[in-house]
Amino acid sequence: MGVAQTPTEAVRLEGVSIVYRLPDGTNYAAVARIDLAVAPGEFVALVGPTGCGKSTLLNVVAGLIAPSAGQVLIDGSPLAGINRRAGYLFQQEALFPWKTALANVALGLEVRGLPRRECEDRARHWLGRVGLAAFADRYPHQLSGGQKKRVGLAQVLACDPAILLMDEPFGPLDAQTRSIMGDLLLELWSAEKKAVLFVTHDLEEAIALADRVVIMSAGPEARLIGDHRVPISRPRDTHEVRLTPDFLEIHRTLWHELRNEVIKGYQRSELSP
Amino acid sequence: MKSKFSLVFWQIFVLFSFLGAWHVGTEIGILDPFFFSRPWDVLVRTWRDFVSGTIWRHLWITLVETVLAFVIGSIAGVMTGFWLARKERLSAVLQPYLKAINAMPRVVLAPIFALWFGLGIWSKVALGVTLVFFIVFFAVYQGVREVSPVLVANARILGMNERQMLRHLYLPAALSWMFASLHTAVGFALVGAVVGEYLGSAAGLGYRIQQAEGSFDVTGVFSGMLILAVFVLLIDGIVSFVERRLLVWRPQAASTTLQG
Repeated sequence: MGVAQTPTEAVRLEGVSIVYRLPDGTNYAAVARIDLAVAPGEFVALVGPTGCGKSTLLNVVAGLIAPSAGQVLIDGSPLAGINRRAGYLFQQEALFPWKTALANVALGLEVRGLPRRECEDRARHWLGRVGLAAFADRYPHQLSGGQKKRVGLAQVLACDPAILLMDEPFGPLDAQTRSIMGDLLLELWSAEKKAVLFVTHDLEEAIALADRVVIMSAGPEARLIGDHRVPISRPRDTHEVRLTPDFLEIHRTLWHELRNEVIKGYQRSELSP
Repeated sequence: MKSKFSLVFWQIFVLFSFLGAWHVGTEIGILDPFFFSRPWDVLVRTWRDFVSGTIWRHLWITLVETVLAFVIGSIAGVMTGFWLARKERLSAVLQPYLKAINAMPRVVLAPIFALWFGLGIWSKVALGVTLVFFIVFFAVYQGVREVSPVLVANARILGMNERQMLRHLYLPAALSWMFASLHTAVGFALVGAVVGEYLGSAAGLGYRIQQAEGSFDVTGVFSGMLILAVFVLLIDGIVSFVERRLLVWRPQAASTTLQG
């Protein structure tokens, strides 16, 4: 892995710790001393048991929260405030309900001060890329869960971010839609080659999509306990790939590492009040 | 289509059953026409008022008062609600006073407003404003504070500054809540106008009803109430129309119903 020292990494976390102050006055160390690098154009999946702080880590990279210790480097320079080079696809509903699909996709461009005409043209282009050209005038409540995710993806990609942050984006979708969305994501990503940090608790999804799978331990003081390259060639079909021997092999290795943490995570969540 | 027709049929059925019972009651002597009038008399009186043209001036005055109370109260309510929702500390300080003023029965304010603003339309507008303001204020205040944190995070990631957040996020959220309270607000604007007229004025529907009561003219009172009821239904219809046009992005189930 020649990416370890070069300053051109898209994202680099150095000794990042995040400590919360709980309502009862005590401190809770969610994640501790995390080092992680994502190269430009690299697809990294971050997997961990529920509640290990992986979404929190993603929010730190997005600049939505500041780390308690350590620093975040974006393209080699320290991050302060919102990460302007990143796009973020949320797990929850994040479309603006009073805007049409087209206006939602155009929003990021409009905010950047592009001429109205160009915003609309580029938004139409991206709606087409996610297969929703015919749905430009629909409002979010008139779209299905999968369609809303597509609009969200177009909204993020229209701004052409160098880094794509995704927080279990396909979590709420049904299994078939998830698989289709995974293929769409890979198709768009292979054309644009953005650095991706993809958070999920689904190991199969992580392996099917990513170049590298990073495993987090259970919290508190969650750390990175595994970092594996996925030895599967591209282009991939996210559904077919699950049946190949390579997939099963790496799945077995990673599941072995993850399993203990999942069990620990359960025990802690049952013991804590 | 059939269910819509049968709905209208039953709505008209309710009206005629009520009028029929009233008519029969006065005919067989259960209801004394001196105290309860007769449905036919009320209709004839209302018809005459419209034909002779005496009612139009009063309708116009009440309409102007209602619209002014609604517009001024809504603008003040949106602005204050918006402002306080984003000032945590200040709103906490003002909370008990806002609640106390809102709990005040507005009828007790009417004489004071008559003293301050005279017996013309402005004392009635002021009374309506005190009603409309709080409805809109609380709706907008709640609406702005309950904007989804994920939406706020998305807005920040998309690169919005404070002004853009206001325009694309907080203002639409606040307006959608304002429209949700629109039926109630318009209804109360009318209540303020009519109660104000009733308690002291020289024109308007409230004044007409008060005059009729003063001379034991029950037919006149019911005629005034009938005109008021039709007036309310008309205004509510206009509000529903405006609401449908402006809130197309809303799921149908969330639209408001008649409350005013």
